[in-house]
Amino acid sequence: MAAKSWKEWERPLLELEQSLAQLRARIAQEPEHRREELLAKVAEYERRRDQHIQVKYSRLGPWEKVLVARAEPRPYTLDYINAIFEEFLELDGDRLYGSDHAIVGGPALLHGQAVMVVGHQKGRDIQDRQYRNFAMSKPEGYRKAIRLFEMADRFGLPVITFVDTPAADPGVESESRGISEAIASSMLCMFGLRVPVVSIVIGEGGSGGAIGIACANVVLMQEHAIYSVIPPEGCAAILWRKPEEGPKAAAALKLTATSALEFDLIDRIVEEPFGGAHRDPLAAAEKVQEALMTSLQALDAMSPDALKAQRYEKFRKMGRFAEAVLAESRD
Amino acid sequence: MRLGAKPRATGDAFIQCAHCRKTLFRREFEQNLDVCTHCNHHHRLGAAKRIEITFDPETFIELDQDLRSVDPLLFPDYRQKLADAETKTGMNDSIVSGMAKLNDQEVSIAVSNFAFMGGSMGSVAGEKITRTLERAADSRIPAIVFCTSGGARMQEGLLSLMQMAKTTAAVERCRAAGAPYIAVFTDPTMAGVLASYASVADVILAEPKSLIGFAGARVSKQAQVTKVPDGFQTAEFVAKVGMLDRVVHRRDLRRTLSSLCRMLAGGRK
Repeated sequence: MAAKSWKEWERPLLELEQSLAQLRARIAQEPEHRREELLAKVAEYERRRDQHIQVKYSRLGPWEKVLVARAEPRPYTLDYINAIFEEFLELDGDRLYGSDHAIVGGPALLHGQAVMVVGHQKGRDIQDRQYRNFAMSKPEGYRKAIRLFEMADRFGLPVITFVDTPAADPGVESESRGISEAIASSMLCMFGLRVPVVSIVIGEGGSGGAIGIACANVVLMQEHAIYSVIPPEGCAAILWRKPEEGPKAAAALKLTATSALEFDLIDRIVEEPFGGAHRDPLAAAEKVQEALMTSLQALDAMSPDALKAQRYEKFRKMGRFAEAVLAESRD
Repeated sequence: MRLGAKPRATGDAFIQCAHCRKTLFRREFEQNLDVCTHCNHHHRLGAAKRIEITFDPETFIELDQDLRSVDPLLFPDYRQKLADAETKTGMNDSIVSGMAKLNDQEVSIAVSNFAFMGGSMGSVAGEKITRTLERAADSRIPAIVFCTSGGARMQEGLLSLMQMAKTTAAVERCRAAGAPYIAVFTDPTMAGVLASYASVADVILAEPKSLIGFAGARVSKQAQVTKVPDGFQTAEFVAKVGMLDRVVHRRDLRRTLSSLCRMLAGGRK
């Protein structure tokens, strides 16, 4: 039986890490002659932990990727923003209806270069999760994103987006205020931008909610992130009427970074630290920062028109089909 | 309330409305463009019939007809579903695209067929919509797209999601070129199609009572969306909240489209 949550899947490892922490705390209180013995034990635990991580993380299947991508301690957009940018000033409001906390954004400084950052934001505890609406943006979030994209375009700021959402908000309110139109308009806006745009999928790249802010010149994806047309549980519910068949759907949907790269839908996979981004958020942020800087540098020399054209051509080519020339065999 | 889609044949001369269940004369029903003469229920139309009743007779030239879906993900049962849909509809995929004339005006058109895997958008549908919009942009002529779809085609995974971006990019191209783009939402227009090229048309028309929405019933159920207002996700509801221009009876669509194309393409050059 496949694990249902990241916590369940990582439990033995988490328990090991917990004992390790307890052991370390005890050492200081123990008398001198006992310490050596305990230090040896710590080393042994560390070895076992590393081995465990090695085994678990070296062969993550699609469903395990789903669990890790959704892991609660995984760094979220604001964690990366705080670690990567020297300065960030959050702006808010769509100037039409309201404020949305599932998408954050504003100008930031990346190694002295002013950029515009937009990203989905998850919450860590129950209250925060509700405040962020589980990173499921309503129309206001996408309309705020549009406002910031247009501002970036006016002021010549490169755009960076962080993608991490299970889906756009499917509720009655969102439907009544045009969630579909908001997502479509956000994509439309991105395709008109004359500044460099780089997107990175850092956790869940959930369907329309994700692509709504991911129409970029360069699309990056973290090693254990997922990117999917539909959540695996939703896919299982529709195809087999069994939402619990998520693991089977995850495999069928090919939602891993490796598959996305194989189908030429992303440009690069950004490596994560040993045992996943949540084991060492700062190291993860360093790798993300390096990837963002490299990507922006590659786009730096392109003219506004060339940037727009490159973005069009990039997405224009996406898709796999056959175009059989049957004209001759027909007569 | 979910509206019935297909009328039921009750003998050669009669047909039963899928909505009000009244028995209708088949000839009368067909002359009324598959709209119930009692309750006005608009039954779903196949692509061929839609083209026939909308555009000038014998002006439609199909293009892109050699595009065929492959099974890039080796998704369970996908090949079989494609084969079944081909047999059932006689079509290669969910979209028919090409050029036609509307009151002598040249238009680039695409028509979706719900009977082909729920009108879902995979790589082929995305490519056909994109080419339809590009042809309009290149020749600066109007594009007309009849939408009906359950959304993105799951069986092509992320490739399908990217069709949302690709088709929307093509709309941007139409806008830049000054080619009018009109979308007609028919029953049902949902999810990935609604949240991409469909919703950013210059003008959006819809057939009465069409189901139009972002989240399908089963997705909503999963997300535990329970209470919904009356008429939620109907064309009339979507019009009321300002997300489309006009709800148009099927018999008035040709006239409305023709009038729009003339006026929108008639600006100062």
